[in-house]
Amino acid sequence: MKPPLLAATVVSLAAGAAVAETPVLTVLTYDSFTSEWGPGPAVEQAFEAICGCDLRFVTGGDGAALLARLKLEGAASEADVVLGLDTSLAAEAAATGLFAPHGQAAAKGLPVPYDDPLFLPYDWGWFAFVHDKTRLPAPPASFEALAASEVKVVIQDPRSSTPGLGLLLWVKAAHGDRAAALWAELADNIVTVTPGWSEAYGLFLEGEADMVLSYTTSPAYHRIAEQDAGKDWAPFAEGHYLQVEVSGVLAASDQPDLARAFVAFTQGSEFQSVIPTTNWMYPAAEMPLPEGFETSRPEVSLLMTADEAQAARGPALAEWQAALGQ
Amino acid sequence: MASGARAIGALALLLVAAPLVAVAWAAGGVSLSAADWAALRFTVLQATVSSVVSVLLAVPVAKALARRRFPGRGALITLMGAPSLLPVIVAVLGLVAVYGRAGWLNDGLAAAGLPRVQVYGLQGVVMAHVFLNLPLATRMLLQGWQAIPAERFRLAESLSFRPADVARHLERPMLAEVVPGALATVFAVCLTSFAVALVLGGGPRATTLELAIYQAVRFDFDLGHAAGLALVQTALGAAAALAAWRMAQAAGFGAGLDRAPMWRGPDGWRRGADVLALGLAAAFLLVPMVAILLRGLPGLADLPPEVWAAAGRSVTVALVSTAATMTAALTLAVAVARGGARWLDLAAALPLATSGLVLGTGLFLIAQPIVPPTRLALPVTVLVNALLALPFAFRLLLPEARALHAGYGRLAESLGLQGPARLRLLTLPRLARPLGFSAGLTAALSMGDLGVIALFAADQGATLPLMVQRLMGAYRTEAAAGAALLLVGLSFALFWAFDAGGRRAAA
Amino acid sequence: MLQLDRVELAQPGFRLTADWSVPKGARVALIGPSGAGKSSLLSAIAGFFPPVAGRILWAGTDIGAMPPGARPLSILFQDQNLFPHLTLAQNVAMGLRADLRLSTDERARVAAALARVGLQGLDDRRPGELSGGQQGRAALARVLLRARPLLLLDEPFAALGPALKGQMLGLVAEVAEDTGATVLMVTHDPADARRFAELTVLVAEGVAHRPHPTEALFAEPPPPLADYLGGA
Repeated sequence: MKPPLLAATVVSLAAGAAVAETPVLTVLTYDSFTSEWGPGPAVEQAFEAICGCDLRFVTGGDGAALLARLKLEGAASEADVVLGLDTSLAAEAAATGLFAPHGQAAAKGLPVPYDDPLFLPYDWGWFAFVHDKTRLPAPPASFEALAASEVKVVIQDPRSSTPGLGLLLWVKAAHGDRAAALWAELADNIVTVTPGWSEAYGLFLEGEADMVLSYTTSPAYHRIAEQDAGKDWAPFAEGHYLQVEVSGVLAASDQPDLARAFVAFTQGSEFQSVIPTTNWMYPAAEMPLPEGFETSRPEVSLLMTADEAQAARGPALAEWQAALGQ
Repeated sequence: MASGARAIGALALLLVAAPLVAVAWAAGGVSLSAADWAALRFTVLQATVSSVVSVLLAVPVAKALARRRFPGRGALITLMGAPSLLPVIVAVLGLVAVYGRAGWLNDGLAAAGLPRVQVYGLQGVVMAHVFLNLPLATRMLLQGWQAIPAERFRLAESLSFRPADVARHLERPMLAEVVPGALATVFAVCLTSFAVALVLGGGPRATTLELAIYQAVRFDFDLGHAAGLALVQTALGAAAALAAWRMAQAAGFGAGLDRAPMWRGPDGWRRGADVLALGLAAAFLLVPMVAILLRGLPGLADLPPEVWAAAGRSVTVALVSTAATMTAALTLAVAVARGGARWLDLAAALPLATSGLVLGTGLFLIAQPIVPPTRLALPVTVLVNALLALPFAFRLLLPEARALHAGYGRLAESLGLQGPARLRLLTLPRLARPLGFSAGLTAALSMGDLGVIALFAADQGATLPLMVQRLMGAYRTEAAAGAALLLVGLSFALFWAFDAGGRRAAA
Repeated sequence: MLQLDRVELAQPGFRLTADWSVPKGARVALIGPSGAGKSSLLSAIAGFFPPVAGRILWAGTDIGAMPPGARPLSILFQDQNLFPHLTLAQNVAMGLRADLRLSTDERARVAAALARVGLQGLDDRRPGELSGGQQGRAALARVLLRARPLLLLDEPFAALGPALKGQMLGLVAEVAEDTGATVLMVTHDPADARRFAELTVLVAEGVAHRPHPTEALFAEPPPPLADYLGGA
């Protein structure tokens, strides 16, 4: 342990001396947000132009990993803002007592109202099964139809992946007590379960499955970035579960004003305008969407409240494991 | 040397134990639940089957490689090591491209009017683990064959040994010495498997202990449960290592005079069997590599510049990790070969069964009060890579270190050959072959490793595997496949450079 | 003078005592049945087998705590007397400096030693390319350069034919002469003892008996030696 710790201390002292004048705002977020192809670089540039501060991203896996990390760090976290929790994790995040009110008005661009004093949405999307229109011209139109069909899907594990957890809540929200039986019927449609979104989407593109659990906005990537109109999402009659991604201010922040300013900044057009084509999600503010981003919308949006989601996920996971573990 | 070995052994034990203790401490204790039995059962089942199949299949392959000489043999040995170097996600996609529902194999079977094969299930888990571990097992056994002095084979020929006699008097004693260690190593590698087991196992019935640890940390945030599961996993690995000691019997071939091997493989049906074993193994191992190559080539042309920076960082990390691992492994192997304390052996084996997630979480808990963990991203990566590769390097070095000590330890001591001169004139040249191979393996594993450092990652300084994941997460599948190919290519180049360097130095 | 002061060696199923000394410059054969402990006694003197009791002294100094390489002796084992990956010149040079960092002068001495044992021109060969006799000569060239006052031979030439072995023993005698070394040689061949050693130690029944003039010993062999010779 010693040599790395020592080396790191030297590095941190050197770094600390260089930027002593400029306040540093540390934002804890998921990995793909800050990647060269995510919103991070544009957001950093735009915010630093107005804040007189140094915006630093600290990354930790995905949304669930962020929460686990916050719980590990507690009030000692160097982060001032957390960006990238979603509504299925919000109740648990609130229960940590680590968050302070953001003081912003509710975001207006969501299909369902969402107003929380601690967490402010910055983007959202509908979970959906994505398919290739040439390989699957007539996709099933509901979970029931999927279960009755021969269509093969690949999904993510709710224990290790945010979309996986979203699917669990989707089935629960749409089918309630029927969920366990439905999972049992779906078992033979599920080719396999992956630890994360990337593996599932990769398997789908390899042709291992007819459909993959992703977002209604996934086809937009192929349309806009690859000029490939062949991918689409299948509308399900019971409606589509929402993923709402939120940010929040940490109560222990040593830069509370900057932190609140950044959370407010997430609602502005500079932040919101880069979301659709970098994060491939809907912006939380009401604003025009890029050309080709949207061809149609689900008619019904499903979303459990944070407390409902918190209460539902344990039993829903048990049902899921029992049905697929046979 | 001996005190250095004790310090390194203690450090390795500390790096395995301290994070576990830190996690358990944060949780106020450890716990297990009834549901863990299912994960434990499946983990032990798949690891047992995977290790037995890997080692059983490695026997004819290693034997054929040991007793046949043909053009391209060296290249084949190196190439067949490649699957062990693959990052998990790349390996899975490569396997699926060949053996999956829409893979080449099933396309071929369908075209021939034959029934399709189902890859997802226990068979898929085993197949993937064999794919990843057969190369390692083969190399461990091949080293065993090469460690039999040519003089013994000469004696065998002079006594007109038939192949069955050679098997009985030379090969079986050698296998009795080498196989337990190979089994324990592959078993421990498979113990910690999680993504491969889940994806190719077809769903939650393929829940391993490591996946249960993920659930405990991420889904339930029950650190006590995570620590309990990690303890079970580490104990299983330790049990495997202990069982391997009990089973392994020293073959006692003694030393030879480095005469060129004169062993001519037997003719007749055995030649055909060797050709078949090599052909099947090469096809099984190399066809998915071709798939990975074909997937990656289109994206290789215009990789984002960040990928190259990440590649440079990864190579640096790999080289530093390799230096650390080889120093530790060689010190430990030499000390154990000279009759050092048995616990050193355990210290060198334990990191194999460590839970990556608990290791990362524990290091995070330890580091966090002292220094912001993001500042430690690269040092921790080096440290963890070095720790996780130590068991492989140690296991590969130990048999030859033992043979060296048995053969030339007394001569060296009688001449007062010690310290740096002994290292330079005796240890390094005599162990060049396994040193080169294990350094290559360490470097390649360090290139591909990723899991542990997620908690430490800052937005700057991503390594190449992280870059592959980011590209995949950003829908950039083609670029991701290209970057993955670059990763595989660099891993392989490092592996080749060390391995070939070692073989040349030994020649 | 080599002195074994109430030395006691023990291992499960094996026990050997020795309490005697050898005058400087003497050539001593160790003879006795297989398994009696001849090699173990040499190992103990060389530092590979710590005695459970007693002291081993050279010129009045207790050498029991010295590491093998520092003891005032050279030893040749039954086999593995040369490093197979090093050249003959390197192997021989280890007698001067184990780290092989030789001066020009030292290199000349290596060449001279090789020539002295009849291996001139074979500097760059490896042991595997040599005959058994040549390997023995190379090991003796190293002994020559080490120039330690005590030479222990644990049947290094046992595998050679009688004529070749005779030559090697002659060479050992010359080397011992050159370096003034005291020689202890394990053998199971009475002819070797008679030809080479003026003193013989009988190792049998748990005791290494004190050295006895060789001719006298073979003229009137004590019972254990008689058994051994009869059995041979």
